[in-house]
Amino acid sequence: MSKILIRGAKVLGGEQQDVLIDGETIAAVGTGLSAEGAEVIEAEGKVLLPGLVDLHTHLREPGREDSETVLTGTRAAASGGYTAVFAMANTFPVADTAGVVEQVWRLGKEHGYCDVQPIGAVTVGLEGRKLAELGAMHESAAGVTVFSDDGKCVDDAVIMRRALEYVKAFGGIVAQHAQEPRLTEGAQMNEGVVSAELGLGGWPAVAEESIIARDVLLAEHVGSRVHICHLSTAGSVEIVRWAKSRGIQVTAEVTPHHLLLTDELVRTYNPVYKVNPPLRTERDVMALREALADGTIDIVATDHAPHPHEDKDCEWAAAAMGMVGLETALSVVQETMVDTGLLDWAGVADRMSAKPAQIGQATGHGRPVSAGEPANLTLVDTAYRGQVDPAGFASRSRNTPYQGRELPGRVTHTWLRGKATLVDGKLT
Amino acid sequence: MQRHLISAADLSRDDAVLILDTAEEMARVADRPIKKLPTLRGRTVVNLFFEDSTRTRISFEAAEKRLSADVINFSAKGSSVSKGESLKDTAQTLEAMGVDAVVIRHGASGAPYRLATSGWIDAAVINAGDGTHQHPTQALLDAFTMRRRLVGRDAGLGRDLAGKRVTLVGDVLHSRVARSNVDLLHTLGAEVTLVAPPTLIPVGVESWPCEVSYDLDSTLPKCDAVMMLRVQRERMNAAFFPTEREYSRRYGLDGDRMAKLPEHAIVMHPGPMVRGMEITAEVADSDRCTAVEQVANGVSIRMAVLYLLLGGNEPAAAPLRAEEK
Repeated sequence: MSKILIRGAKVLGGEQQDVLIDGETIAAVGTGLSAEGAEVIEAEGKVLLPGLVDLHTHLREPGREDSETVLTGTRAAASGGYTAVFAMANTFPVADTAGVVEQVWRLGKEHGYCDVQPIGAVTVGLEGRKLAELGAMHESAAGVTVFSDDGKCVDDAVIMRRALEYVKAFGGIVAQHAQEPRLTEGAQMNEGVVSAELGLGGWPAVAEESIIARDVLLAEHVGSRVHICHLSTAGSVEIVRWAKSRGIQVTAEVTPHHLLLTDELVRTYNPVYKVNPPLRTERDVMALREALADGTIDIVATDHAPHPHEDKDCEWAAAAMGMVGLETALSVVQETMVDTGLLDWAGVADRMSAKPAQIGQATGHGRPVSAGEPANLTLVDTAYRGQVDPAGFASRSRNTPYQGRELPGRVTHTWLRGKATLVDGKLT
Repeated sequence: MQRHLISAADLSRDDAVLILDTAEEMARVADRPIKKLPTLRGRTVVNLFFEDSTRTRISFEAAEKRLSADVINFSAKGSSVSKGESLKDTAQTLEAMGVDAVVIRHGASGAPYRLATSGWIDAAVINAGDGTHQHPTQALLDAFTMRRRLVGRDAGLGRDLAGKRVTLVGDVLHSRVARSNVDLLHTLGAEVTLVAPPTLIPVGVESWPCEVSYDLDSTLPKCDAVMMLRVQRERMNAAFFPTEREYSRRYGLDGDRMAKLPEHAIVMHPGPMVRGMEITAEVADSDRCTAVEQVANGVSIRMAVLYLLLGGNEPAAAPLRAEEK
């Protein structure tokens, strides 16, 4: 493999430096590095980050290849600056056996746009009744360490407790989709002022908060780690903050859309804003931003959820829940966290690369940008501003809530172990 | 006037009064031996009903026919919709047949709004009830009934409901009638109080332009109109209240409670009534109950809405008024 010299990039937003990639590895970081024998990327003014890692992606394959495949989803990931994604288990069939997780893992490897780490289901068929063969999935070629019934909550307290305990044997972690099912029957949007007016079934904050409260206490009781998916309310932030102060091993993620959008948008009845957990209020958005800045929330995860057009081109109640996010995540984080002064680029690297890699044990990802590390890198033109145009997405689906919205920042290059997957904004 | 009627909240005070005044003109047509106006001759209106609703559908149909519109009735049951056709395709299919207005009843809140704003069709959209969201023509006919009874048929022309005190009782949470009435009555200057068990009041009601009370008896002496909302018996299975009898005792309107109303106050019900639940037969059949009158007024209101949305600028029944004078 050839050498690549990235010249004059602001590494983690700091001083301008040159970064030399040799083969799969970062060979040197410094100023005035020799370009001899290397392809030169002029990166003056751009920000260089470690390749982003998404702990929460829906790639839809197997089963819903009409909305996304491992190929299109990983192309979308590379396009958004990601070098590793964790693929959620709610496929058809469900990723609850070694066979299915190995299939997804193998497809990711074959396509080569980013590393695909399958997440295994906690329970058989995501039904919440019987533990899936977690050990077999861990020992499979896919080496699963993160388990989640995402899309559904592991609501049975005993099953959740057992799962938390069981995965300790091999250092696994359970990622909980916190949604008390009885409190959210028929739920269509955040329960509050807007739902009262629109006559849409309410999804109360307490349905999330009560499960998080229960699960951090369970994690404490059995001495396990628990990860909270797509935390969305100010109350959830308070509970996680309290749990961390008590020494409970809890980590939490927030999605880009919950950092930017509120339930006021539902007034349009446009299902592009329909997502689970639902868009909350301005007060929640501000609390989430603050929590991501102070570390209460550990990471940003996209919850990239592709859906075919017909599943959104309908009345609200009939529409599918979810938004695509891989290709806009970094821009939304820049808009909500960096341009607001809440987080610097080193903080972004931490929340979108280092920490998610650490939580998911994605070896070789989320590493420092320094000599000897794997060359998983993302180059961002942070001065760019432009309107989001879903027609240009690499994802097979277009269900973005940001269509036509002006957002800052654009990923121009992505390297996966020294191999460019994105060059000048174009997939290789 | 707007091109569509989706929500009572979209109506200005002047829009609403214009509709009520126009409905009075339409009501006079109903008094003539030949109850028909040529206003919508050659225009086609489809009644697109995804939910069963005999009374609302018939009311719209009567209004459309009295205005000489060509009427197509479409009910989702047994149609392509039950075979999985989307709302968008159904609407586009109908429009391709040359429809000028779509009257839609749908179980999903916001479906009429989607139909009017998604660029799927060009026809005017009239909301005949969507989920637990809105039912604007119901609110208009209720306001019309109140204005007639509380202000006067002729004296009411050009006037709103300023200062009138209206109490809505019952399942506010699941009621599009309640939402529409709160919006419209507020616009027309009335003071609205909602009375229900707390389980049947939505979280977020604090932003509504009305008062909320859990005690019916204390509000009755101060009402000009009390509107009883239907309470479905199934609700008690989801623990909204313990039993039918307890609901009736605490929130039902019987003869004793009716006696607490001021002399002039009226009892309203959008129908269908659940006798023995929210209202006793004694009250339902009394002179103070306007339920049947509301049905008659519904046709006039729907004629007015169709005329104003589709009829353009020519006078509706204006020559009639001159005649009467």
